[in-house]
Amino acid sequence: MKIDLDAIEETAKLLYIRALKVLPDDIKEGFQRLDASETDATGQSILATMIQNITVAEDTDNLLCQDTGIPIYNITIGRSVEVDGIDLKTAIRKGCTRATQEYPLRSSVVHPVTRENEHTSCGRRVPVINVDFSEADEELVIEMIPKGSGSENGSFLKMCIPADGVAGVKTFVIDKVLEAGGKVCPPTIVGVGVGGTADLCTKLAKIAATRRLGSVCDDAEGAKLEAELSGAVNSLGIGPQGLGGDSTSFAVHVETAATHITMNPVAVNIQCHSARRARATFTPSGIEIGV
Amino acid sequence: MADHEFTMPVTEDDIRKLKIGDHVVLQDTLFGIRDATQIHMFDKGRETRLDLDGHAVIHTAPNVKKVPVSNSCPAGYQSICIGTTTSARMERFTRPLMERNGVRMIIGKGGLGENSAQAFQDLGGVYLAIIGGTAALETTWIKQIVDVDMDDLNPESLWHFRIKDFGPLLVAMDAHGGSLYDAVRTGAQNKRAAALAHMGIEG
Repeated sequence: MKIDLDAIEETAKLLYIRALKVLPDDIKEGFQRLDASETDATGQSILATMIQNITVAEDTDNLLCQDTGIPIYNITIGRSVEVDGIDLKTAIRKGCTRATQEYPLRSSVVHPVTRENEHTSCGRRVPVINVDFSEADEELVIEMIPKGSGSENGSFLKMCIPADGVAGVKTFVIDKVLEAGGKVCPPTIVGVGVGGTADLCTKLAKIAATRRLGSVCDDAEGAKLEAELSGAVNSLGIGPQGLGGDSTSFAVHVETAATHITMNPVAVNIQCHSARRARATFTPSGIEIGV
Repeated sequence: MADHEFTMPVTEDDIRKLKIGDHVVLQDTLFGIRDATQIHMFDKGRETRLDLDGHAVIHTAPNVKKVPVSNSCPAGYQSICIGTTTSARMERFTRPLMERNGVRMIIGKGGLGENSAQAFQDLGGVYLAIIGGTAALETTWIKQIVDVDMDDLNPESLWHFRIKDFGPLLVAMDAHGGSLYDAVRTGAQNKRAAALAHMGIEG
């Protein structure tokens, strides 16, 4: 299957704008679940306003949140897909720039030292483009995630040591959720990476934070941690926006990787309640857009 | 827990009447301000020509569209989506913003810290919580971009908005040392040991 680069560019543009406007169904369902169980009056009223905002965004065809985030594109390439990798990345960058300039969107991306904004949502090594491969045959998937900064600033890494055990991992997660409080726009999805190298651990936390609600870690040990930590985080009473209540997080998601005999790394990456994603699947029969 | 409505600007007396848990709706004028705006005002000595005395500022960097100057878009900008960012990053600017520019209300999300709480007490100010991530709704409360200053910092310019029925906003920090965030933080910290024990970790 040959990939049409113009279609990639157009799709990269469309996905960015769509992700900013339409919240995925699993997150909307997550809101309904929290709304039904929240017992704190302030928490209930905040959740109701958040749900109202989802409707207003759809009714007025507007962005859910003003933070256009750092654009992330996750590309998954099937085995019989023919595409030049450099051209693919260039097309995505162009699509991201066009979304920003043509819509227009706020470019939230600046040089880290000069703080200069090119007003394209692009810069050195941004958008973040992750490439992976799948067993699927004639299929290329692009997932777009505009990662908001309020929750991205709630990112933490600790190189625990083996003697800290899994207790060290759990304690770190609870302490970082306490530290983040309302700054990360709860209710959140707390992404936790366990194991790997420092960089892989952090990446796992991001994968966990941006995973579909309702999905479960495919490592049974990770899944056990998810269940325990989800309960613990929601017993703290931080609540929506850090103003009190039961609904601190939709869920804690965990991703694991093997690590070194001397290491026990843990990373936390938090996703705010505006957990935006959009996805396009390219197959020989066309392009399907969804989440 | 009272409901208040203010047509901006306000006086110190207005502010000192507010208590945490009260709700506030603002009318007429609101200024948008952000990290870079305040870094330039207070670290790099830039002055703004806009008069913030007695006014409210919101921690924001909006999505806007450049358009020709007209009666409806006097600053040459049309609003697309205007929402609120995390306030904590701007903690150290609260006092100078109040002392030098006379700001009385700060609107944001996630709360401010101890130094801001002290400034609110000393100078007569409040922090009003808006719900982060609800920008589509917030945008419907903003009627016009009236003016813009320091626009080389766009989108972190100093924005002058005309607003209608902006709120309800929750008084989350008042001029009497009250902070809803402190209460929640202390409560959460007190639940830490139980949360860990539930996972088999004894302190």
